[in-house]
Amino acid sequence: MGSQLKNIAAPDFKEVIGLLHKKTTIWPYLLIAPALIVILAVVFVPAVNAILMSFQSYDLRRPSQIGFIGLENYMEVFQDSLFWSSLVRTALWVIFGVGFQFIFGFILALLLNRKFKGRGIARSISLIPWVTPGVLIGLMWRWIYDGSYGVLNDILLRLHLIQDKIPYLAQESTSFPSVVVTIIWQGIPFFALMLMAGLQGVPNELYEAADIDGANKLQQLFRVTIPSIKNTIYVTTLLRIIWVANSVDVIFNMTGGGPAYSSQTLSVYIFNKANSLNLGYSSAMSILLTLLLLLVAVPYLKNMFKNQEA
Amino acid sequence: MRESKNKTLKIFTLYLPLLVLLVFLLFPFYWTLVTSLKPEQELYGSTVTYWPMHTTFDSYHKLFVDFNFLKPMSNSFVVAIITTILSLAVSVLAAYAFSRYRFKGRKAFMMLFLTNNMFPTVLLLIPLYSIMRNIGILYTPMSLVLSYTTFTIPFSVWLLNGYLNDLPMSLEEAALVDGCNRAKAFLRIILPILIPCLVATGVYIFMTSWNEYTFAVMFTNEANRTIPVALKNLIGQLGVQWDLLTAGGIITIIPVCIMFFFAQKRLVEGLTAGAVKG
Repeated sequence: MGSQLKNIAAPDFKEVIGLLHKKTTIWPYLLIAPALIVILAVVFVPAVNAILMSFQSYDLRRPSQIGFIGLENYMEVFQDSLFWSSLVRTALWVIFGVGFQFIFGFILALLLNRKFKGRGIARSISLIPWVTPGVLIGLMWRWIYDGSYGVLNDILLRLHLIQDKIPYLAQESTSFPSVVVTIIWQGIPFFALMLMAGLQGVPNELYEAADIDGANKLQQLFRVTIPSIKNTIYVTTLLRIIWVANSVDVIFNMTGGGPAYSSQTLSVYIFNKANSLNLGYSSAMSILLTLLLLLVAVPYLKNMFKNQEA
Repeated sequence: MRESKNKTLKIFTLYLPLLVLLVFLLFPFYWTLVTSLKPEQELYGSTVTYWPMHTTFDSYHKLFVDFNFLKPMSNSFVVAIITTILSLAVSVLAAYAFSRYRFKGRKAFMMLFLTNNMFPTVLLLIPLYSIMRNIGILYTPMSLVLSYTTFTIPFSVWLLNGYLNDLPMSLEEAALVDGCNRAKAFLRIILPILIPCLVATGVYIFMTSWNEYTFAVMFTNEANRTIPVALKNLIGQLGVQWDLLTAGGIITIIPVCIMFFFAQKRLVEGLTAGAVKG
């Protein structure tokens, strides 16, 4: 596990140094240099910075007290009940959010992969949520969920599914499920896009062979389709888990994490804390979030690269 | 007999589920459009109407005249265009290296590129803010360009790597035999073939920069705020004005939708190539 982490965090220096002694071309290194420099400057330097900040009292409202305080921020975080409740909510947010994105995205990809009239248009328009800014998504859904003039209440009332209007985002019991529905809506197209691409790469002969062997459609799905696009499923789910866990804009623009913190995920909590200028504390929390994400990602990446070797 | 049975089957296994999903995915946009076209009395009336009884473009007019929405639009445009050019240039070089050379540390570097998206943006936001302030580019478009370039590199490299892997090596080998060097072969042979793919990747980069909010709200001020921030700022002193907000929303997504429609097919092709070869 430890060595795995090292592999991801930094390139192998021995490899880089070894190269200097060889006469192999330096071209590939020159070619990736610009991208590498930008990434180091914008991701790794700030990341190191954030780690340092997390060990400091760094509250911009109290600039005189800025200085190293060891693990105090982390101790405080562990005793913060809001941290724990936000963490649990992040887990639910990712499990339900990404889970349903995958299911509906996969169904959509399978449908859009069949041949029918108007497929090109159906493909293009079904992907629009993916190209919509998070802020706008938050606002659109806030309007749909609106307690007084919202269209969702009107539809459900007309269908006699509810008797009274529900203020979806304004009450604690419904705010979180409501924002989860929104994130599912947002993520379906990306899954569909990636899986559709994966499906196009599955050779037709595999299905023909399965047909000859007498496999029905469902068996083909589980025995042929899913194994063939396993890698795409891996990459896409991993990317989505990271994005969804880190996403701030949708919740922030719908509820701000409220009411009474009932829809606050960890990344929204961190964002709110950073906005209130307590940077040391929010850095400590974001380091913890990153470590948790790494914990999820490392076995994922390990598996992915193993699949690729094979 | 069989024909009609197949047809019913197709309705239930294809058209019906597709219709349900499409309605779910598209209804919010329909609703946004309808809302933006309604006069205020109808918007906050006692009955909800599903098509405006009196269509009005007042909110669009107000948006451009009273709120000067052209300004954030042009700000967003500048940031997105510069980011697209920069990120494409940097990504295509890296993708070429990953696709055409087998060098030591290749895998480690690819990992590094992929995990670049791992860090929570909120984690980077805080230190980046002070770094940007220290080097004096905070509240300039440069700060956003730099951030967006970095965050679009992983996916762009992955896409371009997929396209490049699809191009046969023999293309360049022929050029090399003819006395071109690698750089020349790249510029004269590979780049022209790659243009449609560059366009597709560029659309992704443009879209990401056009849409981003979290960095934009921290790194810009009144003078250079981008569209998502301006949109959010419409909610303010006067409370939420849904006609204005929805009109702003429609204006925001039109440019990226148009671009996406043209690039969609290429994007899927690039992803397919990437998916097959890893």
